[in-house]
Amino acid sequence: MTDEMTVILDGPGIKRALTRISHEILERNKGLTDVVLVGIRSGGDFLASQIGAALEVIEGDKAPVGAVDITLYRDDVSNQLPHHPVGKTEIPFSLEGKKVVLVDDVLFTGRTIRAAMDALMDHGRPQCIQLAVLIDRGHRELPIRADFVGRNVPTSLKENVQVIFDDRNQPVRVVLEK
Amino acid sequence: MAEFKHKNIIALRDLTKEEIELLLSTAESMREINSRDIKKVPTLRGKTIINLFYESSTRTRTSFEIAGKRLSADTVNITPSSSSATKGETLADTALNLLAMKPDIIVMRHAVSGSHYFLSGKLPNCSIVNAGDGTHEHPSQGLLDMLTMKDRFGRLDGLKVAIIGDITHSRVARSNIQGLTKMGSQVFLAGPPTMVPPGAERLGNVTVCATMKEAVQDADVVMMLRIQQERQGKTLMPNAREYSRYFGLNPENLKLARPDAMVMHPGPINRGVEMSSYVVDGPQSHILKQVENGVAVRMAMLYHVCGGELE
Repeated sequence: MTDEMTVILDGPGIKRALTRISHEILERNKGLTDVVLVGIRSGGDFLASQIGAALEVIEGDKAPVGAVDITLYRDDVSNQLPHHPVGKTEIPFSLEGKKVVLVDDVLFTGRTIRAAMDALMDHGRPQCIQLAVLIDRGHRELPIRADFVGRNVPTSLKENVQVIFDDRNQPVRVVLEK
Repeated sequence: MAEFKHKNIIALRDLTKEEIELLLSTAESMREINSRDIKKVPTLRGKTIINLFYESSTRTRTSFEIAGKRLSADTVNITPSSSSATKGETLADTALNLLAMKPDIIVMRHAVSGSHYFLSGKLPNCSIVNAGDGTHEHPSQGLLDMLTMKDRFGRLDGLKVAIIGDITHSRVARSNIQGLTKMGSQVFLAGPPTMVPPGAERLGNVTVCATMKEAVQDADVVMMLRIQQERQGKTLMPNAREYSRYFGLNPENLKLARPDAMVMHPGPINRGVEMSSYVVDGPQSHILKQVENGVAVRMAMLYHVCGGELE
């Protein structure tokens, strides 16, 4: 880690934030009936698994967990040279009539979330989509707001926020790079 | 993971192992789209693709058209009978006229080997994708064949692949030889001596076998090729029955391969000549899986050339 990096959240801090988000999801939806979790690759999918595990501990019930890759839904895909590798979308359950909790690691411009919502709509018509993010760093370019936020971190556009995962895909810290 | 930097895909010979891996991995991801109720993503919205087919085709042209449409591109088909080539227009003139309509990608099949390199020189601002050129290469078929093998075995490295038939005239064989040898497979060729090009061994990890039996022995994959009647003179084989006897795949000689060997054919099949119907419709046949994988592979090719750089 360089001097230009500040740790915003450490491992236990991330765990506490995700536990609080899990409680809020249960509170908002009055349990887990029809609730499904879909994480945005890559990062959000690992966090969705963590929230899924926390919900099971708290409620004793499981919510299905899937992952969506938004590469093919990006609004800048035609301009990018060269293209990103395309990851796999794995939603092995129907979204029809479900309360989808979309999970991402960092909420920034909102364009990724818009792309993810487009992708979800192509898979079916959910009852509603709620958004859970570990970090909201601001600078929205679209009218998108998270329902569940782990930590609000005001940033400048020159800064970068990164969630670091270990080789077992466990979130170990969140850093602010200047 | 490698980045794909090519503006054109003309031959697997031009791609590195990492670029082939990237195309196959993208195709695996694209398959998910083809299994949905809504089989469409907005990726190539606003792009125009011209399918310029100077030779007849059912599978490849339809597959490229579906691939383009599933990525939301606008696709236009030009077939041999509807092409101004029948009025004597040269390929260069056709290309310049098409370019004036501002297409983003031209997918072309042409009977002349190397015509795509010529076309790409004329159209620097448009991506060129090879859907088969003469006896040179058919990269999308090579990629979909590799994807089908990877589905079955989970790897390409170390596979023994027997390619049987008219090697000389087969662009499918050339693309597969280029791709498979780069990916670490061992390729064994067999065919009538009149249909195996001299010096094929020099292509890399390729062994030319004297008999079909030798090539098929313990093979993981048996890939049969179509007799290219339209590309060869009448002197290359005595008759179809004799060809079938020595180089046709039937349940008996398939037993020489590994018990779980997969049987492939790029189509269209001459039933009873290259393969018996028992094998075509048998449990080891992956021919329809090849066609299914074709759409995903072509989606991957169209997606990546749009992000490529001018060469």
